[in-house]
Parts: sequence; C-alpha cells; structure tokens
Amino acid sequence: MQALRGLLRKEWYHVLRDRRTLAVVLLMPVLQVVLFGFAIRTDVKDVRLALVVPRPDVATRELAARFEATDLFRVVRVLPNTAPLQPLFARGTIQQAVVFDADFGERMARGLPARIQLITDAAEPNTGTAMQAYASALVQEYEREQRARAGAVRILPQTRMRFNPTRESSNLFVPGLMAFVLTILASLMTAISLSREKEMGTMEVLLVSPLRPLDIIAGKVAPYLVLGFASVVLVLVEARLVFRVPLRGSPTLLLAEGVLYILASLALGILIAARTSSQRVAMTAAIAGTMLPNVMLSGFIFPIESMPVPLRVISHVVPARWFVEVARGIMLKGVGLEVLWQETAALAAITLVLLAASVRSFHIRLE
Amino acid sequence: MTAPGRGETVIHARGLTRRFGEFVAVDAISFEVHAGEVFGFLGANGAGKTTAIRMLTGLLAPSAGEARVAGHDVYRESDAIKRSIGYMSQRFSLYEDLTVRENVRLYGGIYDLSDADIRARTAAMLERLGMTQVADRRVGSIPLGWKQKLAFSVALLHRPRIAFLDEPTGGVDPITRRQFWELIYEAAAGGTTVFVTTHYMDEAEYCDRVSIMVAGRIAAIGPPAEVKARLGAASMDDAFYRLARPPAGARATETE
Repeated sequence: MQALRGLLRKEWYHVLRDRRTLAVVLLMPVLQVVLFGFAIRTDVKDVRLALVVPRPDVATRELAARFEATDLFRVVRVLPNTAPLQPLFARGTIQQAVVFDADFGERMARGLPARIQLITDAAEPNTGTAMQAYASALVQEYEREQRARAGAVRILPQTRMRFNPTRESSNLFVPGLMAFVLTILASLMTAISLSREKEMGTMEVLLVSPLRPLDIIAGKVAPYLVLGFASVVLVLVEARLVFRVPLRGSPTLLLAEGVLYILASLALGILIAARTSSQRVAMTAAIAGTMLPNVMLSGFIFPIESMPVPLRVISHVVPARWFVEVARGIMLKGVGLEVLWQETAALAAITLVLLAASVRSFHIRLE
Repeated sequence: MTAPGRGETVIHARGLTRRFGEFVAVDAISFEVHAGEVFGFLGANGAGKTTAIRMLTGLLAPSAGEARVAGHDVYRESDAIKRSIGYMSQRFSLYEDLTVRENVRLYGGIYDLSDADIRARTAAMLERLGMTQVADRRVGSIPLGWKQKLAFSVALLHRPRIAFLDEPTGGVDPITRRQFWELIYEAAAGGTTVFVTTHYMDEAEYCDRVSIMVAGRIAAIGPPAEVKARLGAASMDDAFYRLARPPAGARATETE
C-alpha cells in the first residue's frame, strides 16, 4: 500500500536525520554492555585476603597454599595475630581474613576438631556472601580430604555450579540489559516520536487523512521495531565477543522472543503517548512507567526471589521479567520452548493485552 | 462524483450537537455551505469552533443532529469524507525535518496519488508558488510565510472538494496574510469550497459568508455586509464584539 510505504519512508527520514538521537540509540547498547560488564560485577575475583597464623606448621601452610592456588584469592598479608585486622579492613586493604587457632596444626594432626575463623567485609552483602561461601567451601574441602586420608570418611562430595560455573555476572546481566535497551528504544522512543507529532500538529493532519489509525501506528512504530531488533543482535554479538557470554539455545527462538518483547514495549510507548500531550511528559512517563519497573522488577539486577511478596506479585505483569527469564533460559541453559512455554505464554499474553489497549487508546483519542 | 456546480450544497448541518459529559460544546447548529464559497467560521476561543470542525472532518462523532459533508454522512461515511476534504491546521502540519519535496510526496502518497501524478503536481505547484529553488531544502529552514503557502497547497494537492483551514494565518505578517488570501481566492475560483476559521476580523471581510459562534450556537450567519447591517455594526470587528460580549454584569470567562 502506497500510503503506508510513504509513512514508513518519512519515519526513516525522521530517525536518520536526527543524528544526535540516532547516535545515542546506536551507541547506548554498546556502551551499556561495556559499563555493566566491567563496572557492575557481582562475581568475586581477586579477593584480598589476610592470613592470621600464630604458629605456622604443615597444616596452615597447606591450607594457605590452597587459597593461593585459586585465582579467587590473593593473599596480601600474613599476620601473627588479629590486632592489625581492624584497620586493614577499614582501609580496604583486605576484604577477608582467615584466622587459624594457635593449636590448629596440632589438633588437626591428632584428629581433634581444629578451629578456624573466617572474617569477611560484608559492606556489600552480595559480594560478602559470595566471598564467605568460596572461603568456607575451600576450607571444607580441605577438611574432608584430610578426614578421608585418615580413613574417617569415604564420601567426597563434588559440587558443580551449573550453567554459569564461574558465576560470571556478565552472563546474568546481558539478558536483562537487552530488556533495558529495548525498553528505551521501543517504549521511550515511540512515546516521544508519537507525542512529537501531537505537539507539532501533524498528527491531526494524519488523522484527518484517509489513513486508518492502524496504518498510522504501524508507520510510526516500524522503525523502532527494526532498530530494537538491530540492537538486540548488537548486544548479543558484543556480549559474545567481549565477555564470552554463551548462547547455548536457539538464536532464532531468542530473536523471536525479542520481537515479542519489542512489541510489548512499543505498545507501552503508544499507550503512554496516547495519554500525554507533550514530549516532555511522555518522556517522564516512559521513564517512570517502563524503565524503572523493567530495571527493578525484572530480576535484571535484583533477584525476584528476594523481593517482598507484593513486589513479587507485581513483577508478574512486568513484561521484562518474562523476557529476562526466557532469555536467560535460552542463553545460559540452552533450553527451548518445551521448558519456557509458560514464560513465553505469559509474555505473549501481556503483549496482546498491551497491543489491544494501545490500539483502543488510539481510537479513544479520536473521540 | 461529478464536478460540483456552483451553488450546490457541500456542507449541510442540521441540529449538529456535541456534548462532553454535562458540557455542551456545540449546541444544535444548523448551516449550509455552497460549492466554491469562502466560508468564514468565526468565534471566540472556546465557542465550539474546533469541536464543530472535528465533527465535520470525521474526527469526532456528533452526539446528536445530522451533517453531510461533500454528500457523505458524518456518522457512517467518515472515510469518504476524509477523501473529499483537505485540512490545514494552525500549526502548518508539515514536517520540518523533511524537504519541501518530501513533504509533498508524503501527503500525495497518503491520499493515494500515483507517483506520476505526484511528480507532475509537485512540479506545477512549486512553479506556481515560486518555490522550485527550495524544493530540496528542509521545511524547517524556509520562511514562515512560505511554509504556510506550502501547507495550504499540500492540503489541496489531492484536489479536495472542500478545504478546512483552522486559523491558517496565525502569527504571520499582513503582507503574507494577504498573499495567503490570494491563494484562497484562487482555490475558490477553481471550485474548491474553503471553510476557514480566523481571529482576524479583516479576514472575515474577505469571506463570501461568515458565521459567528457564541457559546456553542451560531449567533449570526450571512454575507459580512448583511451581518454588519443586521447588528448595526460599522465593521466585522464591531459585529463580533457585540455578539461575543457577555451580558451586562456578567464577567467574561473563557474556556478553551
């Protein structure tokens, strides 16, 4: 249809000629991957460790060597007593301390319970918990080995972290980041571009023309669908090249789910534009109404499981939540629709409701 | 549809009413506009002009009454109405980041003109407006008066039977306004009916007939000379003031 083609061409001109916005739109995902990848890390590496060894012996040396052997810990101090720990922690010189009892080696040798104390800087609770867990695991493994050697215990549990064995935070944030970028592109840009037409008075002319409302909406949102799709691909490629984030499942399925999520975001953008009359209000509404919930309630940064019940309930209607779950499933676990059909159905249902509501809101506008 | 003869009724409103809740924005207005006429639709802000235009252009369903525009019913045939009218709002309705030619092409496409038609009409239009040399400049960079003339010509590109102009001359200088009115006359001479709203009473004098809306009703209608004579007013300005003036003792309150 010629009219629709003309609308699409015009919309592309808008997008391509607004160089600054285009640059932001294209660079934002790329920069964000880098920012989130390097700046926000919840995985633990290079923990600065102090060892407090009042009486060095075989056992303490063996255990200290274990800490040194992993790249998770770096022993920065070996101290004879606990007195200097406090200032070291306060200055951030150390993040964790392993304190051996004076008779540690002796009791170990005699098969008696030996005591060891783990002190962790928990100013950042998540990192603190992770450090604590790593250190205890290391100590426990050593202890079990010793006991096995002595013939006391024969069961040696081997633990494995599945899907993200090294607990790379980049693996976790990339799916969420895609949702975030799409929200900005699809919801925010759509809301702004639609409300701009209202502000400029051109929407009036389009409405008076023989174009059907659906054509007008389709013409307006199509470029952002394409841009959104492009940025998903961009984020995936970058995440793979820079952070080696895996894509274990079907790329086609992931992109299809991405399109579904883009549609939901576009519909939200249309809804916002229909209810606001200026670009500025539309922008504020888009940020408050879509970006915040998508960051806070999607499990992107804060785990949904640790939210209070009311927020957990609300998260069910946040489209990003389902998209993030689906994307994580496909990328990290390599599963398909046979596992993710419920999440996909939820996302599809939300998308349909939003699309219906946005078309309706556009009709109401005509009244 | 055959070419309209002069004098044929192209807009016909009978008891046309629009309510928003309790508020009656347009209160049973009745009038006719004839082919080739320049019809001035006057009224203070909030008098109901915009609501009336929105009903006539198929943007808003009436609450009661009937209206036919270019022979089509406003309730059932809004698509046919949209094809037979051109519309220009006070905000020009052109895209500033598109070139002159791109704007024309866009609207030509929206009204389903063929590419060949669009090319031919664009060339003729730019020639007539003397804008051939700015054809590939962005609309944002051409003078306001030019934008206005361009917007008007674009609204007539698909050769509609009726052109609705909503305060087309807001904020331009008198010379440009005069030139703009020459375009309006030219269109009317070509058989296009021009339905125009304005706040400039000197412009009202240029119209074949005017109607003045006050509080949702048509308070006066007829050729400017007749309206003035009936009210004993020296000018349209005076006539407008007499009608729009609130009753003695009441304070003027305007709502948009």
